[in-house]
Amino acid sequence: MPIKTVYTAQIDHLQILDENGVLDEKLAKDTLSDEQVRYLYEFMITCRALDEVAFKLQRSGRMGTYPQNKGQEANAIGSGFAAKKGVDFLVPCYRENAALFLHGLPMHYILLHWMGDERGNQIPEGVNMTPLSIPIGTQMLHATGIAWAFKLRKEARVAITYFGDGATSEGDFHEAMNFASTLQVPCVFYCQNNQWAISVPRENQMNSETVAQKAIAYGMPTIQVDGNDLFAVYKATRDAIERARAGGGPSFIEAVTYRLADHTTADDARRYRDPNEVEAWMGKDPIIRLRKYLEGKGLWNAELQAAHEEKSRAIVAEVIKTAEGIAKPSTDDIFDYTYATLTPNLEVQRRTMRTASLAQDPQQAGLNNPVNA
Amino acid sequence: MINKPDSFGIAKSKSTQPELPMPRTPMMIEKGLTLVDAINEALYQELERDPRVVLLGEDVGLNGGVFRVTDGLQKVFGPDRVADTPLAESGIMGTAIGLAMAGMRPIPEIQFEGFLGPAYDQLCNHAARYRTRTRGAITIPLTVRVPWGGGIHAPELHSDSPEAIYAHTPGLKVVCPSTPSDAKGLLLSAIRDPDPVVFFEPKRVYRSYREQVPEGDYTIPIGQAKVVQEGSDITVITWGANVFQCLEALDKLPDDVSVELIDLRTISPVDTDTIVQSVQKTGRCVVVQEAPKTCGMASELTTLIQEHCFLYLKAPVQRVTGFDTIMPYYKLELDYLPDAKRIVETIGLTMAY
Ligand SMILES: Cc1ncc(C[n+]2csc(CCOP(=O)(O)OP(=O)(O)O)c2C)c(N)n1
Ligand SMILES: [Mg+2]
Repeated sequence: MPIKTVYTAQIDHLQILDENGVLDEKLAKDTLSDEQVRYLYEFMITCRALDEVAFKLQRSGRMGTYPQNKGQEANAIGSGFAAKKGVDFLVPCYRENAALFLHGLPMHYILLHWMGDERGNQIPEGVNMTPLSIPIGTQMLHATGIAWAFKLRKEARVAITYFGDGATSEGDFHEAMNFASTLQVPCVFYCQNNQWAISVPRENQMNSETVAQKAIAYGMPTIQVDGNDLFAVYKATRDAIERARAGGGPSFIEAVTYRLADHTTADDARRYRDPNEVEAWMGKDPIIRLRKYLEGKGLWNAELQAAHEEKSRAIVAEVIKTAEGIAKPSTDDIFDYTYATLTPNLEVQRRTMRTASLAQDPQQAGLNNPVNA
Repeated sequence: MINKPDSFGIAKSKSTQPELPMPRTPMMIEKGLTLVDAINEALYQELERDPRVVLLGEDVGLNGGVFRVTDGLQKVFGPDRVADTPLAESGIMGTAIGLAMAGMRPIPEIQFEGFLGPAYDQLCNHAARYRTRTRGAITIPLTVRVPWGGGIHAPELHSDSPEAIYAHTPGLKVVCPSTPSDAKGLLLSAIRDPDPVVFFEPKRVYRSYREQVPEGDYTIPIGQAKVVQEGSDITVITWGANVFQCLEALDKLPDDVSVELIDLRTISPVDTDTIVQSVQKTGRCVVVQEAPKTCGMASELTTLIQEHCFLYLKAPVQRVTGFDTIMPYYKLELDYLPDAKRIVETIGLTMAY
């Protein structure tokens, strides 16, 4: 019996707008209109401004640890724009703030979260998303479950979940991929491969050539895109979402991007990362290439840039004012969301946490004797 | 007996690593070591002494861990012995079990206590049970290091105190040092212990102060509490970072209250003798823990005391604990955590009973 090949696979890489702002017109057909590109570019500048200011807030002690999104914005914006606001459901990690904003999350919520306030997670009614996921690699299963519910109820809705290259090492990631594909649920798995998981480079995180090929093992359509190219991100996500909405099941997108900042404000990437590598990726910044493209088409100029930067500063200042204007919650907040109804024990703890009986039932031995009465 | 080192051809003799000078800086010599320094030194010395020792975890190598506890160790001992792993806690714990079975002495690190979650199955359902289910044929001498507890303004799942869960798991030992010297001696004991040990490192104390730590090799027995301060009126029992809130409380108490402060250092196995002797002497006790109140270690100690000291008690044993809620994000974390004020008040109530 001769050995025969029973399976072969290939991974395609999609780039539409290159680093120099040159567009592949054929591939770009039916993607984004000039007006949309300009709108999304402006939005990207505002999100970058917020990100930079968030960093400064941490440095000046006005906010806790913060993971910058800098350099990865085309992922959030292109994919977020491809999903239907108010219909589709976002299940994020923490490096796609802009997608959440596009889907209606007020910007100050993100700051509140990193200011150590759960109200930053209290997603407003009608905004379809889960809050930031701090534990790595857990949320993709939730997205799969959400998509499963959409399928069971025959709703034409799609869940899109975001995660990093590092997250694909967790067992939960593989379980989510297998469930989603086996059950053929409308879920898009969007991996922001930013080359690093804190100090671990992608080549040490996995021994596979690409992240995208992992989906092949689960029988899921998969593609690698240039994650710093708004057009490629938009097109790949839109195609995946359309397929899911039409009953075609889940898809995987590996977006090749780069974390321009430290992992978080608590990290110092100089300890493990070659500055030349960072330098090289600076040139691939999604903002630079979009600006070149827009200017090339006569849709943008220095004057518009200055005006929009000014506008962004004002927006960001307002967002910070809102976030910082929200006072520390009352200590009741610690208790009130533990269950739908507060248990009798918790009721006592809440009522007495700072009184003479110190979160104990005042009837408890020791506290109802004459000495303390 | 696959866990006999010889069967895997791993030499028991001294390491072939070149002798390296102790990496103590002039600052450390003058001012002493932080908790981070002391743990780093213990790891260094044990890597040097025992070729079976390997460190594994997320970012423990080149980056030296997110708290820098393993700083510099990969540079000296190489990436085989100080290994950056993929981002997978179940993977870290499960492969550590295999390493231990095969005669190595793995020291996995879980980056924050909240991420013990994905490793729970491997740790509690496998590491803890192997000795029993093989009637001693296969044992798991691993020490998992875990930064632990609140008070550093960290994000969600970076501030919990889940030690009771592991103390409630037969087959695991649970060590919670509070000082640099104890941490070094206890870590060396843990690594040399024949059973799996969960080594909780109070991150709030990581760099909060320095103290002189013996330079050489020494061990502090697992299961031995420390009487931090002797006293005759009331026993205060705690462990981990709360030792420092208790010390602060003691400072604030009136001089006529004589407090005996016990730092448990190990919560499983617990040092029943030290506790019982102390409470039989004082007749009063307050237990302080960061963890939620219900089914915490404080509940266990309170029961232990009434079992052994019932007729000696002059007042009911009281608990100062976190609440039975999710650990809040940091805006409210200091409201949640036991502080000197609550400890002072509870001591006062107990004394006045
Ligand atoms: C379960 C879990 N383990 C460990 C961590 C600590 N941690 C936070 S972010 C991170 C790296 C994540 O890398 P990646 O998935 O590539 O996302 P990126 O931060 O690069 O966007 C680690 C190890 C965590 N938050 N959750
Ligand atoms: Mg990454």
